[in-house]
Amino acid sequence: MTLAEFFGCAFLAFGPPLAMFCYTISDSPIKIILLIFSSFLWLLALLLSSIIWFIFIPLKSYLIFGVVVSVLIQEAFRFIVYKLLDKTSAGLEELAGNSLVIHNKTVLAYVSGLGFGIISGLFQSVNILADALGPGTMGLKSGSEMFFLTSATMALCIILLHTFWSIIFFDGIHHRNKAHLSFVILSHLFFSITTLLNSSEIYSLTIILSVINVILTMCFAFKIVGGTFEKLKRCIIC
Amino acid sequence: MDGHVAESSNTREKSNESEERLRKKKPKERNYGSTSTDAVVVNPNQQSSSIFSTSSSSQPQAHTINPNRDRRPPEIDEEEEREILKYGAKHVIKLFVPVTLCMMVVVMTINSVSFYTVKDVYLIYTPFHETSEETGVKIWNALANSLILMIVIIIMTVLLIVLYKKRCYRIIHGWLIMSSFMLLFLFSYLYLEEVLRAYNIPMDYPTALFVMWNFGVVGMIAIHWQAPLRLQQAYLIFVSALMALVFVKYLPEYTTWVVLAVISIWDLVAVLSPKGPLRILVETAQERNEQIFPALIYSSTVLYSIVGTTTTDDDDQQRNESRRQNDESAGFNQEWASTTRQRIQQRQVEVQANDQNRPTQYRTVTRPASDNLTEAQRQQQQMEEEERGIKLGLGDFIFYSVLVGKASSYGDWNTTIACFVAILIGLCLTLLLLAVTRKALPALPISITFGLFFCFATSVIVKPFTETLAAEQVFI
Repeated sequence: MTLAEFFGCAFLAFGPPLAMFCYTISDSPIKIILLIFSSFLWLLALLLSSIIWFIFIPLKSYLIFGVVVSVLIQEAFRFIVYKLLDKTSAGLEELAGNSLVIHNKTVLAYVSGLGFGIISGLFQSVNILADALGPGTMGLKSGSEMFFLTSATMALCIILLHTFWSIIFFDGIHHRNKAHLSFVILSHLFFSITTLLNSSEIYSLTIILSVINVILTMCFAFKIVGGTFEKLKRCIIC
Repeated sequence: MDGHVAESSNTREKSNESEERLRKKKPKERNYGSTSTDAVVVNPNQQSSSIFSTSSSSQPQAHTINPNRDRRPPEIDEEEEREILKYGAKHVIKLFVPVTLCMMVVVMTINSVSFYTVKDVYLIYTPFHETSEETGVKIWNALANSLILMIVIIIMTVLLIVLYKKRCYRIIHGWLIMSSFMLLFLFSYLYLEEVLRAYNIPMDYPTALFVMWNFGVVGMIAIHWQAPLRLQQAYLIFVSALMALVFVKYLPEYTTWVVLAVISIWDLVAVLSPKGPLRILVETAQERNEQIFPALIYSSTVLYSIVGTTTTDDDDQQRNESRRQNDESAGFNQEWASTTRQRIQQRQVEVQANDQNRPTQYRTVTRPASDNLTEAQRQQQQMEEEERGIKLGLGDFIFYSVLVGKASSYGDWNTTIACFVAILIGLCLTLLLLAVTRKALPALPISITFGLFFCFATSVIVKPFTETLAAEQVFI
């Protein structure tokens, strides 16, 4: 049972990202490198926010402080990723061989966003997933049996959200559109703050809010990259 | 590892230009027969492409390459640099995959087989077992242990150089074959036993012996003689993982960390200092225009592998197995040397197949097994200029895996993942640095430094934060 739960949760959280990786990233070496590079920068962001959380001992008990700081630092690092990619675009072009990848800002945004998302999802759910393997079953004596399922769903949400956020964010910087940038930051803050409700085990509420957030952000990102309903329909029909 | 990233078509012209100069410079070794000049012709390509030699063991290749490159005009250098960058990404990935696989084997084993995390027996090179309660004493023990290990490594390196200088090839070959034999049979058997025990799978001795015999013999053939590329790569990865597991198991706690740090410093010194032992060895090999001895190198391409199959060998691991901890140093040298010869052979193949456009005429004399050569040439032709392949010394595989395995032995997956990403980024940076500086760099220092930093930073600073977040199910 624990094994089944483990695989179920693992594929719930990492199935879609895995598919995204296989079908859109894995064919191009430069994309894989960018993915790992952005994951590394997310790690740096996490390290920085952990240090801040670590240093301000009086604020340690208020998790919301750590969450807000971390969100802001992550967004700052998203900006840094954009700047780095922008500055090194000439070198990247040579590295990539075919310049298609590099010239397409959306692809860059997508790849780095997925890198952010995958490492973020991994970091926040992998230990729980490992615990899901047993021994022991969640929710048998205390706690909710939905714990692992919720955790996996939220991990999937954060992975997808990071991808969409990066697309919107990069586009926002490119076109100097402050509204897009603030949308990303607010959406991220909203997502993180709603998950604070998880501690009181109101899982259904957080999941609904998060999924709504994901869908809204997805539509926004889809619109930004020039997608229309017609194109989607054509894509599905063909 | 040396990455051959250069595009052969473009570089060949350049090589022709510099052919004359090179020919003058190169000492004439008679093993080439008529192809000796041809081999030299292609040299420039190789040099430009072998910039990627980041591994501790493979660095010599790059070193050997450098002198020739210096003679080339700057414009060519720029062009070649571009080529290197162009093919860089693909080759970086070709290294990422095996490194990842090796780490995965180690991490999975450590997480499922408790045998490799239990400390009971230690290597004889680490006489201080860190049994004291006090941290100070433990650190002192670890420092003493790693000092002893380093001394052993340095002595073995010097011994290897002396043996090589005296042309005692048979001793070296015998040594390597013995150690790979031990690794493939003895340590694999131990591994099998522990895995079966961990998963509670019963198996009778005849079956186990049958499996082990087949596994070991095929492995010996694959590593020392020839085999399909994938099979050889699989064996090399497995053997490195096994060796890393041995280190994780038999080195005391703190000693492992100190050894990792010290090894990367040694790597730096041995490769970059003018009197570094590895450098000396490589220069000797270059002078003789030959491959020193079979070494353990992971190669990513068919061409290399075919040339390399006959020559590759895992000395590092084998030596480790024989409980001589000098693997690293020895591995470097051998790998370097082996790559040098491989380059030469490759050059010959290239020259014959591409330059002269006479695919059917193979004049190479160097290789004892001429059949392989023709096959290699054919494959080379098929591949055309697509890629040159890339190599990484197994010593690097081993120590990366040791780091990740050690990090995962504390049971925190976040630390493992952080280490893994940091090592890959370190590898990337090393490759990038190589392309920029055009100078051989060791693969261990950057990666291991990153890995160690992220390992400790994650387990000390990040872990409390993420654990609090995970307990509350807060996602940031």
